[in-house]
Amino acid sequence: MSGMPKIRIRGLCKAFGPKRVLDALDLDVPAGRGLVVIGGSGSGKSVLIKCILGLIEPDAGMIEIDGRNVLAMSRTEREAVNAHIGMLFQQGALFDSLPVWENVAFGLLARRMMARRDAKPRAIEILAQVGLGADVADLSPSELSGGMQKRVALARAIAARPDIMFFDEPTTGLDPIMGAIIDALIVEQVKRLGATAFSITHDMASAQRIGDTVAMIHGGRIIWVGPASSIRESGNPYVDQFVRGSSEGPIKMELRK
Amino acid sequence: MNALLDLLAAIGRGFFAVLSAAGSVTLFAALALSHVVRPPFYPRLLLRQMTDIGYFSLPVVALTAIFSGMVLALQSYTGFARFSAEGAVATVVVLSITRELGPVLAGLMVAGRVGAAIAAELGTMRVTDQIDALTTLSTNPMKYLVVPRIVAATLVLPMLVLVADILGVLGGFIVGVFKLDFHPGTYMARTWEYLEFQDVFSGLVKAAVFGFIIALMGCYQGYHSKGGAQGVGAATTNAVVSASILILTFNYIITELFFAR
Repeated sequence: MSGMPKIRIRGLCKAFGPKRVLDALDLDVPAGRGLVVIGGSGSGKSVLIKCILGLIEPDAGMIEIDGRNVLAMSRTEREAVNAHIGMLFQQGALFDSLPVWENVAFGLLARRMMARRDAKPRAIEILAQVGLGADVADLSPSELSGGMQKRVALARAIAARPDIMFFDEPTTGLDPIMGAIIDALIVEQVKRLGATAFSITHDMASAQRIGDTVAMIHGGRIIWVGPASSIRESGNPYVDQFVRGSSEGPIKMELRK
Repeated sequence: MNALLDLLAAIGRGFFAVLSAAGSVTLFAALALSHVVRPPFYPRLLLRQMTDIGYFSLPVVALTAIFSGMVLALQSYTGFARFSAEGAVATVVVLSITRELGPVLAGLMVAGRVGAAIAAELGTMRVTDQIDALTTLSTNPMKYLVVPRIVAATLVLPMLVLVADILGVLGGFIVGVFKLDFHPGTYMARTWEYLEFQDVFSGLVKAAVFGFIIALMGCYQGYHSKGGAQGVGAATTNAVVSASILILTFNYIITELFFAR
C-alpha cells in the first residue's frame, strides 16, 4: 500500500468550448508528501484542482483517491471522501454570513462531529494553531485583513484533521512576508497532520517552500516533475523560462491582437 | 432574402434559448424539491429565512396593502356612483383584495425585496467560491442554501398575504367610513356578505405558489451567476424580472383553475 499514490490521475481531459484546458493529463501525488503544480495563468491549474475536488466534471479520464475512482462515486460517497479533504481557496472563500468561529467549525458542525456548544472552544483552539487569538472568534470575516482571512481559511481547512489538503494559490494577494508566514503555517500544519498536500501556484518562492515535488502544467499536460529543490536546474526549457519569469522561450502567452 | 433569414434565425435562437432556460429552471426546481424531503435538514436556517423573508417584508407588504385598499375604495366609489351602485364598494374591495391584489401585490413587492436579495447573496457566494467551499466541506449547497429559502418563502408568503388581506380591507374601511361616510356596521356587513372561503383560500394558494417562484428564481439566478460583480448584478435583475413575469402568468393560471366556469 505504501507505494500506491494518494491521488492518481490518468488521461484527464476537460474542454470549455473549443479550448482544451486539460488534455490527457497524467499525475501521481505520493502519500504524505507535498506536490506543487506550477504553470502560467490559464494553464489549467485551477481546473485540475476543481476536477479532483469534484467541483468540475471532467470530460474523460480517471481520478483515484486512495485507489478508488472518485469520478464513478455517488454524491454521498463523494461527500464521504470530501470529509477527509481540506481545501484552502485562493481568496479564502470564508462564509461572510457567519462569524469566524462558525467558519472554522463549519465542517465539524456539518458532519455532525460535535455539538454547537463544543464547537466554539474547539474553533478557538484551531485558531490558536494558526496564530490567531480568541478575540477574532466572534468577528465577521469582512472585519479581518487579507492575511488574517487566509489564516482563518487555513484553520477551517485543517479543522476536521484531513488526510489530503489542497491549496489554491495560497499566497496570492499577500505581501512577501505574510506569504512566507502563511507558507510556514501550511508546512507546519501539513506535517502535524501527516497529510498529503496538493498545491497550485505560480509563486516560485512559495512553491519551493511548501512543496517536496514540483510538477509543471503546460498545454493541458504535466510536462515536468521533479524535486522542488532542483527546480532551478531542471534542464527543461519550459520550466526554466517559467522559473526565470522570462518572456523569451518556448512558452508563448496567448495575447488578443 | 438574407435579412429575412437572419431575422428568422434570430427568432429561432431566442426561442430555443427560452426553451433551454425553462428546462434548466425546471430541472433545478425538481432537484431542489427532491432535497426537501431528504436529510440532513437545517431547521435553524429555515427559521432564519422565514424571519428574513416574512417578518422583514411585513412593513412593505402592509403599506402596499393598506394603500391599495384605500385607493380601491375611492376609485370604485367614484366609478360606481355613475350608476348608483355605491353600496357595492365594500364587496368590491374585499373580493379584489383577497382574490387578486393581496397576493399579486405582495408577491411583486417580495419579489423585488427578497428575490433580489437571494440572487445577490447566492451570486456573490458563487463568484467568491463560497458555494464551492460548501461542497468541499461535505455540505450540499442545494440543501444548505436553496431548500431553506424555497421552503421558507413558500410557507411565509401565505401568512404575509393574510396580513395584506386584513390591512387591505382595513384601508378600504378607513376611506369608506371616514371619507365616503359609510356607516361602519353597514360597511363591515357588506364586506362579509359576499365573501366566501374560496376567495381567501385561492389567494393563499396563489401566495404559496408566488413564494415558491420568488425563491426559486432568486436561487436559480444567483446559483448560476458568473462573471464577478456584473454577473451578480445581472442575476439580481433577472431574478426580479423573471419572478415578476412568472407571478403574473401563474396568477392567471390559478385564477382560471379556481374561478373559470
